[in-house]
Amino acid sequence: MDSVKLSSYWRAHLKLLATLLLVWFAVSFVAGILLADWLDARFRIGGFPLGFWFAQQGSIFAFVALVFGYVAAMNRLDRQHGVAED
Amino acid sequence: MSVQAWTYLIVGLSFALYAGIALWTRVSTTRDYYVAGGGVHPVANGMATAADWMSAASFISMAGLVSFMGRDGAVYLMGWTGGYVLLALLLAPYLRKFGKFTVPDFIGDRYYSDVARLVAVVCALFISFTYIAGQMRGVGIVFSRFLEVDVTLGVVIGMGIVFLYAVLGGMKGITYTQVAQYCVLIFAYLVPAIFISIMLTGHVIPQLGFGGELSGAGTSLLDKLDGLSEELGFGAYTAGTKSTLDVFCITAALMVGTAGLPHVIVRFFTVPRVSDARRSAGWALLFIALLYTTAPAVAAFARVNMIETLNGRDGRGTVAAEAPEWVENWTRTGLISWEDRNGDGRMFYSKDERNEMTIDRDIMVLANPEIARLPAWVVALVAAGGLAAALSTAAGLLLVISSAISHDLMKKVVARNVSDRQELLMARVSAALAVGAAGWLGIHPPGFVAEVVAFAFGLAAATFFPALILGIFDKRVNQQGAVTGMLAGLCFTGGYIIWFKFIDPGANLPANWWFGISPEGIGSLGMLLNVAVTYAVSAVTPAPPRAVTDMVDSIRVPRG
Repeated sequence: MDSVKLSSYWRAHLKLLATLLLVWFAVSFVAGILLADWLDARFRIGGFPLGFWFAQQGSIFAFVALVFGYVAAMNRLDRQHGVAED
Repeated sequence: MSVQAWTYLIVGLSFALYAGIALWTRVSTTRDYYVAGGGVHPVANGMATAADWMSAASFISMAGLVSFMGRDGAVYLMGWTGGYVLLALLLAPYLRKFGKFTVPDFIGDRYYSDVARLVAVVCALFISFTYIAGQMRGVGIVFSRFLEVDVTLGVVIGMGIVFLYAVLGGMKGITYTQVAQYCVLIFAYLVPAIFISIMLTGHVIPQLGFGGELSGAGTSLLDKLDGLSEELGFGAYTAGTKSTLDVFCITAALMVGTAGLPHVIVRFFTVPRVSDARRSAGWALLFIALLYTTAPAVAAFARVNMIETLNGRDGRGTVAAEAPEWVENWTRTGLISWEDRNGDGRMFYSKDERNEMTIDRDIMVLANPEIARLPAWVVALVAAGGLAAALSTAAGLLLVISSAISHDLMKKVVARNVSDRQELLMARVSAALAVGAAGWLGIHPPGFVAEVVAFAFGLAAATFFPALILGIFDKRVNQQGAVTGMLAGLCFTGGYIIWFKFIDPGANLPANWWFGISPEGIGSLGMLLNVAVTYAVSAVTPAPPRAVTDMVDSIRVPRG
């Protein structure tokens, strides 16, 4: 495949990765660590203080969703750019 | 049937299953031996990865660890799952496209250098041996606690079974036994958790019970736990005690370390296509999350349960003579002990001077079925689950050790002309030797096993991870940059950990740590240092040759 098409695929790919990693950072490091006390003091989800929930439950659920979201988005991207395996 | 009879039966059946798989999956080529012929279904690989990853420590110790740490325990929960996002997005698909057998393979080819390959081999061997010692020890401990067999005999039995499927079946044997082991371990983990959740909160799903209302108390489980903990001097369960920066750095080091562990990475070499590698990472994380979201729930349930059992519902202490049977059972194993310091005949557990109990954190998982008064077969199941977790991880590590020696060291550096059959023989011999070495380490554990685990993660974070990521995402990074970067990360992280853990352990206090970062979290800084050195050196040395940048272009696209 030619280099112009390759670089447009790669750029779209990097943009997707950056978006997903931003969410990854937000649900774990921001919500579960940096802002945990602040969230704990203000919000609850069921019987959980919110920051604690992100730290011990929410971030993990989000990680799973992120990877499956990535799989779907990459399959679409591969097909759009004609680089899928089949 | 007694607990012990059940345990012999269930553990015996699970071992027969693993041995059967070993005989069914014998292999005859190195491709089968190293990567199971590249034909593993992504869901099966997801299960195998989950079992590969979840060790004896995840199964037996993690819930207890979280239980004693409260919110700070999240460093393990987030650290050991968040790494899979990095692995799925930044490593697995490209390394699968690269299509060879090992992590040092990629490092050696991408950085067109046998020095880089050897640094990678040394790191892979070090990480794997560190880890495997703990697994074999775990096997011995489960045997001795549940079957009252000598630890040494337990380790020997474990070695025998791993020898069978790792040496005969290589990656193929390991993969399908890991699938079976995942099923055993997750079933064994969830059954007691579900029963305890129903008992305490009325919720069938532990993750909901965790945030639910404590039956008959009118308050949520966590509020109750916060109240109890504060009263006893532990501080609120849902609040942290470590510094925010340290929690941040430990979590980052564990995440990045997870993504850089060679025995996990190679699992993604076994699926047929790039898109399968991505999907497989999703399944792996889902299967892991099943245990990792249950563990903190178990931690909280077990803590409430334990405090109420020991201190009594009225908080005045339980009369020792009337304590439930499990207290006595586990006193015999030394996991829990009571010293009647005020002579009132009542047990009491707290963080202040009233405390009379010494409690090992492993009891949170091991004694759970008895605390919840579950039938004997559930107790037996926990033993089989612990063994499955330890054996599956040990086998994955053995394969990394064997391939690092037979493939990366012998075939690629020392004896390039060996035939495929000779290489396969070398792989089997090195696996057999590694089983022996691992067993020896399990029987004579060096006193520092727990300390060196931090080392394994720090090392993976400060060496492999940046070298792999930069190799894929930046074509300008060259061999000089990568080698000096890995060495800088290695020396910095290794030096910091060795100083605080071995040379001057007395100084291992927050006041002496750089920027307040503990040795567990220093891998994050090591990684940044590695990246900085790699870029600086690459910038002043020649760009990589055309063949290498072409290779990088090709691993970035799935097709072809």
